[in-house]
Amino acid sequence: MTKEKRIRVLIAKPGLDGHDRGVKVIARALRDAGMEVIYTGLRQTPEQVVGAAEQEDVDVLMLSSLSGAHNHLFPRIMEGLRKRNMDDILVLGGGIIPQDDIPALKTAGIREIFGPGTDTRTIIDFVRAHLAQT
Amino acid sequence: MFDKDKEEAIAGGFQKWNDQFQKQLAKTPEAKARFETISGLPVNPLYTPADVSGFDYLRDLGFPGQYPFTRGVQTDMYRGRFWTMRQYAGFGSAEDTNRRFRYLLEQGQTGLSVAFDLPTQIGYDSDHPLSLGEVGKVGVAIDSVRDLGVLFERIPLDQVSTSMTINSPASILTAMYLAIGGQNGIGPEQLRGTVQNDILKEYIARGTYIFPIRPAMRIVADIIGFCAKNMPQWNSISISGYHMREAGCTAVQEVAFTVADGITYVETALKAGLGVDDIAPRLSFFFAAHQDFFEEVAKFRAARRIWARIMKERFQAKNPRSWMLRYHVQTAGCSLTAQQPFLNILRTGYEALSAVLGGCQSLHTNSYDEALALPTEEAVQIALRTQQIIAYETGVTGTIDPLAGSFYVEHMTDRIETEVEEYLKRIEQMGGVIPAIETGYIQGEIANSAYEYQKKVETKDRIVVGVNRFQIEEPPPEGLLKVRQTVGELQTEKLRILRNERSGGAVRSSLDEIRRVARSTDNLMPAIIEAVKAEATIGEICDALREVFGEYRGNKSF
Repeated sequence: MTKEKRIRVLIAKPGLDGHDRGVKVIARALRDAGMEVIYTGLRQTPEQVVGAAEQEDVDVLMLSSLSGAHNHLFPRIMEGLRKRNMDDILVLGGGIIPQDDIPALKTAGIREIFGPGTDTRTIIDFVRAHLAQT
Repeated sequence: MFDKDKEEAIAGGFQKWNDQFQKQLAKTPEAKARFETISGLPVNPLYTPADVSGFDYLRDLGFPGQYPFTRGVQTDMYRGRFWTMRQYAGFGSAEDTNRRFRYLLEQGQTGLSVAFDLPTQIGYDSDHPLSLGEVGKVGVAIDSVRDLGVLFERIPLDQVSTSMTINSPASILTAMYLAIGGQNGIGPEQLRGTVQNDILKEYIARGTYIFPIRPAMRIVADIIGFCAKNMPQWNSISISGYHMREAGCTAVQEVAFTVADGITYVETALKAGLGVDDIAPRLSFFFAAHQDFFEEVAKFRAARRIWARIMKERFQAKNPRSWMLRYHVQTAGCSLTAQQPFLNILRTGYEALSAVLGGCQSLHTNSYDEALALPTEEAVQIALRTQQIIAYETGVTGTIDPLAGSFYVEHMTDRIETEVEEYLKRIEQMGGVIPAIETGYIQGEIANSAYEYQKKVETKDRIVVGVNRFQIEEPPPEGLLKVRQTVGELQTEKLRILRNERSGGAVRSSLDEIRRVARSTDNLMPAIIEAVKAEATIGEICDALREVFGEYRGNKSF
C-alpha cells in the first residue's frame, strides 16, 4: 500500500503589507487538516517568494495581500515561477483583491482568489480537489 | 451594595427565580449550549447585586474626572464637549488627501487623522524598489516636508488637532509637522495632535517596524521627551490595542497587552531620565470598539481604572493628569463583511454607541465599504453622520457613564480587570513586554484567539449575518474607490524636482549629524528637525538610521 505524501504548502506575504491574521489562521487550519505548511513571514519580495517555493519544494503556493499591491506583485511571482519551470504549482491568492482585478490575475496563472469571509474548509477542499486532478 | 438582610432576601428570590428558569429550560432548552461574550467570558442569564458583592462605589467607581476615573476622565464628559469626531483618512497624493480632509471638516468632523501609505510608514521613498505597487494605496504618500505642506494646505493647524498614524518614522513626521506649523507662523506650543509612535505593537501585530526593538524604543523615548519639553499640547504616543484586537485577540488581551506596552514605555522614559509627571499626562491610548456591546463598555471602564491604579501606585505619579487614560477608539474593522456591505452601517453604529457609552475622547467610525476598499465620500459621510446621530439625537450624551450601576456591566468591568491583572503578572514574570515579544508569547496568544474565533464562526457557534447565515446571491460591488496607479510616478517626479532644488550639501551634513547622534545617547529630535528643514526625505533619514541601528527581522511562526 502506498503511503500518501502530505501536501506541502507555502503561505507567503509579498510586499509591505503587515496583516497576517488571515495567513496565520489558514496556516493552522491547513496544518490541522494534515498538510505541511511553511509560512514566509512578512516583507517578502517576489524573488524571495519564488526562491522559498523552490527550496521548500511545495505543491501549493498561497499569496496574501491586503495593501493593494497585488497587481504588481502577484504577476511577478508567477513570472518567476515560470522562469524556474515551476508553474505546475497550484497558486492561490487571498486578502483584499477587488473583483475587477481577478480576471487578470487568473490569466497570469493564479487558479483562484479567496476573499474575506471564506471558510477555511473551502480552501482545504479546493486544494485537495485540484491536486487530486494532477 | 445592600445590607445583609436585603442581600439574603435577594439571594432567596434569585433561588426561586432560578428554579423557575431551570423548569423552563427543561421544556425549552436555551438557544445555545454556552453563552459567552465574543471574547469567551461567560454570560449568565441574569445579574443581581450578588454578582457585585463587595462593590464599593467610592473605591471602585468614584466620580468623573476623579481617581480612579472608572466613570470617565473628564469632570463633565460629553455635557461639556463631545468626543472628537476624527475620521482616519488618506490615499494617493497629498493633493488627493488634502481634498478628503477638507471634505471631512466641511461635513462636521472635529479633528484630523492621517493615514500614510506603507512606503511612508516603513521609511521608503516612493521611488524605492520596494515601494512599487504600494505608493498611495493604503494612505497618503509623503516623501518630504513639501508633501506634508500640500497635505495641510488651507487647514489652520492652530485651530484643528491632527492625529498621525505613524510609528517607525514618527520622529520625522513630528519634525515635518513642526516645520509646516513654523512656515505658517504657528509655534510648537500651539500645535495640537498625536503621533501614534507605538513601536511595540508593530512587532506584535501591525508590521511597520524598521529597526530592532531596543533602538526603536530609544527613538520613542526621544520623541516623548522632546514633546514633553516643547509641545505641551501634543500627545507623543498613542498606546494601541486596536491593531492587536484586529489581529484577533480578545477584549481582555487587548487591554492587557496595551497596558503592558504602556508600562514598558513609562519604564523606558524613566530610564532615559524623564520624570513620570513630565511625560504621563501626554500619553494617550487607542482601542477598538468591537461587537459585544456590554463587554466593550465594561472594557473601557476597566482600562481606565487599571491604568489609573498603575500610574498612581506603581509609578507614584503625583499629577492627577498622569493617572488619566485618555483614548481614541476605532470601530472594529475586522467585524465588517464584504457580503451585504450596507449591514456594516449597523455594525459600526452599535460599536460606536459602545465607544460613547464607554467614555472615549475621540472616535473613528468605519465606512460600510471598508471590507472591500478605502471609503468613498458617500460612505464616509454616512460613517460621520453615525457619530453625529449618536451625539445629537440619541440622548445618551446627556448624562455621564449612564451604564454605571448595571449589575452586569459592573460585574464585567471587575471581571475584565481581574483577567487583565493575570496577564500583567505573567508578562512581568517573563521580564516584561520585550522578552514576551521576542519569545513570541504575545503573538501566540493573539493567534490562538484568532483561530478559536474562526472555528466558532465555521461551526456556526458564532453567527455572522450574511456570511454564515442569511446569505444572499449578490452582484459584484460597484462604485468602490480606486486609487490611481500613477501616484508612484507622480511622487517620483516630485522627488526628482526636490533633489534638484534643495541643497545637497545641507542634506548630506544633516544626515551625517543624524548618524552621529544615533551613535550617541543624545536626543535625536533636533538632528531630525534640521534634516527635515534641509528637505531630506523620509527614506534618506531612515536609511541613515538603518545604517546605525540595523533592521528588524520578523519571524515565521503561526
